Amino acid sequence: MEPFDFVEVKVPAKAEYIGVVRLSISGIANRMGFSYEDIEDLKVAISEAITNAVKHAYKETGEGEITIGFGVYQDRLEVMVADHGGSFNLGEIKEDIGPYQQDDNIEELREGGFGLFLIDALMDKVEINSKYGVIVLMTKYLHETGVGQNGDQITTPQ
Amino acid sequence: MNLTIDVTNIDGVTNVVLAGEVDAFTAPKLKETILPLTREEEVVQVDFSDVNYMDSTGLGVFISALKSTKEHNSSMRLVHMQDRVYRLFKITGLTEIMNIDSTVQGGM
Repeated sequence: MEPFDFVEVKVPAKAEYIGVVRLSISGIANRMGFSYEDIEDLKVAISEAITNAVKHAYKETGEGEITIGFGVYQDRLEVMVADHGGSFNLGEIKEDIGPYQQDDNIEELREGGFGLFLIDALMDKVEINSKYGVIVLMTKYLHETGVGQNGDQITTPQ
Repeated sequence: MNLTIDVTNIDGVTNVVLAGEVDAFTAPKLKETILPLTREEEVVQVDFSDVNYMDSTGLGVFISALKSTKEHNSSMRLVHMQDRVYRLFKITGLTEIMNIDSTVQGGM
């Protein structure tokens, strides 16, 4: 199995902790050697996923926890955001995961407007597991070589 | 990780100076401040010089504000936007419908 470091962060499902998680990802990505621009992209992407999880938790119970997992690999950073407090079983999550589908239970991301669109635009790969709650798994590669393998293309007309 | 909002009125232009981060935590406060201004004032200018982080929750606030200006015959312009923030407006296509002046800080 490919070696990697795993960092797990758990925060209350409250909007005031989104900034705390941004600092966490900023620190991890900086240590890995991501560029300033990539780090800013990662901060927006993770905030979008957590905003979704916070709204979801609030709608359900008004409380709860969000679990964030960082898979630190040689060539990439994998970020998992789960809208529940349970710990990750990385293997299990990956078994059930796939590209997000139109019928996935991710209405919050859509209702939120640009949330999912931005995650998709800013990360190299985005997958969703909605078997137990919603888990967003997103990947950003350290080098250009990994970019675009999922074919996400955002045109920015001048 | 907070947002300060400072509202002044000079020569009929209402200037909203933002400093800090706009996310799901701070966006509600921003919305509460900006929406009434678009109803009550003719020209609302939002100064982004010191906004160093924004995500889709912020975009949502400005989409609501833009709708409100259309309904109340007022106008809104966003000025002094940093590259990173401008980029979000750009990739979401909002630069096409919003009055954004990013020349001072340099748009992309």
